[in-house]
Amino acid sequence: MEKFITLRSTAIPLNIENVDTDQIIPARFLKATDKKGFGDNVFRDWRYKKDGSVNTSFVLNNSDYKGSILVAGNNFGCGSSREHAAWAIVGYGFKVVVSSFFADIFKGNALNNGLLPVQVSEPFLSDILNEIESNPETVIKVNLEEQKISIERKNISEKFEIDPYKKTCMINGYDDIDYLVNNKELIEAFEAQKIF
Amino acid sequence: MGKTLFDKVWDAHVVSNIENGPQILYIDKHLIHEVTSPQAFNELKERGIPIYRPSQTVATADHNTPTLNQDKPVKDELSRKQLQQLSENCKANNITLYELGHKYNGIVHVMAPELGITQPGMTMVCGDSHTSTHGAFGAIAFGIGTSQVAQVFASQCLLLTKPKSLRVSVNGKLKPGVLPKDVILYIISKLGTNSGTGYFCEYAGNVFEEMSMEGRMTVCNMSIEMGARGGMIAPDEITFEYVKGREFAPKDDDLTKKLEYWKTLPTDKDAKFDKEYFFDAEDIEPMVTYGTNPGMGIKINGNIPVENNLSFKKSLKYMNFEAGESLIDKPINYVFIGSCTNSRIEDFRVAANYVKGKRKADNVTAWLVPGSKQVEAQIIKEGLKDIFDDAGFELRQPGCSACLAMNDDKIPQGEYCVSTSNRNFEGRQGQGSRTILASPLVAAATAVEGRIIDITKHLN
Repeated sequence: MEKFITLRSTAIPLNIENVDTDQIIPARFLKATDKKGFGDNVFRDWRYKKDGSVNTSFVLNNSDYKGSILVAGNNFGCGSSREHAAWAIVGYGFKVVVSSFFADIFKGNALNNGLLPVQVSEPFLSDILNEIESNPETVIKVNLEEQKISIERKNISEKFEIDPYKKTCMINGYDDIDYLVNNKELIEAFEAQKIF
Repeated sequence: MGKTLFDKVWDAHVVSNIENGPQILYIDKHLIHEVTSPQAFNELKERGIPIYRPSQTVATADHNTPTLNQDKPVKDELSRKQLQQLSENCKANNITLYELGHKYNGIVHVMAPELGITQPGMTMVCGDSHTSTHGAFGAIAFGIGTSQVAQVFASQCLLLTKPKSLRVSVNGKLKPGVLPKDVILYIISKLGTNSGTGYFCEYAGNVFEEMSMEGRMTVCNMSIEMGARGGMIAPDEITFEYVKGREFAPKDDDLTKKLEYWKTLPTDKDAKFDKEYFFDAEDIEPMVTYGTNPGMGIKINGNIPVENNLSFKKSLKYMNFEAGESLIDKPINYVFIGSCTNSRIEDFRVAANYVKGKRKADNVTAWLVPGSKQVEAQIIKEGLKDIFDDAGFELRQPGCSACLAMNDDKIPQGEYCVSTSNRNFEGRQGQGSRTILASPLVAAATAVEGRIIDITKHLN
């Protein structure tokens, strides 16, 4: 897993609530047996029309907006457990997703793939969305060490929460398997005394 | 202070606590399928880590499998490759697999309970968000991502922070025609799609106590649709009777010991929940959804609410519905009875009971997809297939099918489908498809009429 410490980038506004994992990566693209290539199909049915032509009104197709931060509406990533959704977002080039609320499984999947979910307050989310929408050059800074997200030009920022263990993993590029495999003795001892 | 059912099961599975971090939670049973497991197997292989407890993992093929001609090679190349990969991975790692055509094959959340793999007091995971289904037995069961599938492969454990607790109580007498599906759609419509996020939910009250195991599974199945990682119902005599005698259920002395333990699991009277909701059973009517998330549900004879926000409007535009209108008499061309929510024998009995002696409307394509080979066999044994055949419904072979349309069972662009599945997301049942979630009874009635009817006026 890639390390994450700080990021300074322009951002893409996806001002929609309840973005579910079927929109992030439709089920028909889940037939791969590796993790590669999902970025090509991220938000597939919003980016392209049924006839395959580009949907120019969708924000990812608006050349004004670039960057490795996705800013989305409340309850991002609800729906299925498919980690393919995190792979698709990472595959497209995003390193951070900002929302006022994340669905549980998506949040965990993101963290396990070096994608930082930054949960902000509703007012801060509106601020960011307004800023980016009125000026696509707006730079957002994310500092994981300080757990702080800022809108550079406006000089406003907000602290965000992250599980301390997950923070250490992100900063060092560790994942949970290393930790668990190194604790085999504890697990074996638990199995030996477990009644049911 | 007393403990909740969830506390009791969770605490009994904590291997250790990490300071300022998550806990190591032991997983009793790991269910896998073809779509979310291949990358996890690859991960272990690349890192040279063996599967730690292969006997605690059970596999089935369900998500991308065809529901016709299952005895022939799978036509779709990518699906076939994914299924082959599952077979090879299971073989190489000594994991039991109920592959396509096996007498125990079926949707992972139908197959495991009916074989007695699911038991009270267990911790169970699967790379599928509807793993919450198994909570109906008083088990902690939840969906995980593929990285976590790899973690369980490597260690039979997960690193988790204990979720908060939530209890939803429904008491009173359900009206005729109100099924477990309506109860959960009603709860989600009241609480919204993220009210349960960060929580594990216990369903309590006489409505759940009186429900069959299959009904309880329907309810717990959709816990994730209100954001809760899982839902649970206290195990009781109904649970024990269901589990006893099944293929992998405990037997003899083992059963006696386990029953004794299972009886200690229900929530203590003085236990406290972080959040509680109460509903009256009398307020629940047969439900339908009108939007693009499962929280957008109304009573079948109600009207779509009027709301002034962008996401709501986007949703109605997608569905081609107007705010304030009723869904009664909306013409419907597709009906799907199936999915891990509603593909068990009781669901088909309800549908058959309504359909008996009637015929589907000419405009309707009605697919019935059993949850497992065993359910399929039971449908035939009970003579339900004949009823469905006479009515023009099409009984297909088991699998996830049109719930997520990974196989060929897709609803065409722009068409409505009254579906017993769990998600009405945009394009969920095929690109451009429009899903209306409902119970098997409402689905059957829609198929017969070719339009949505007020079922409450058609019940004796």
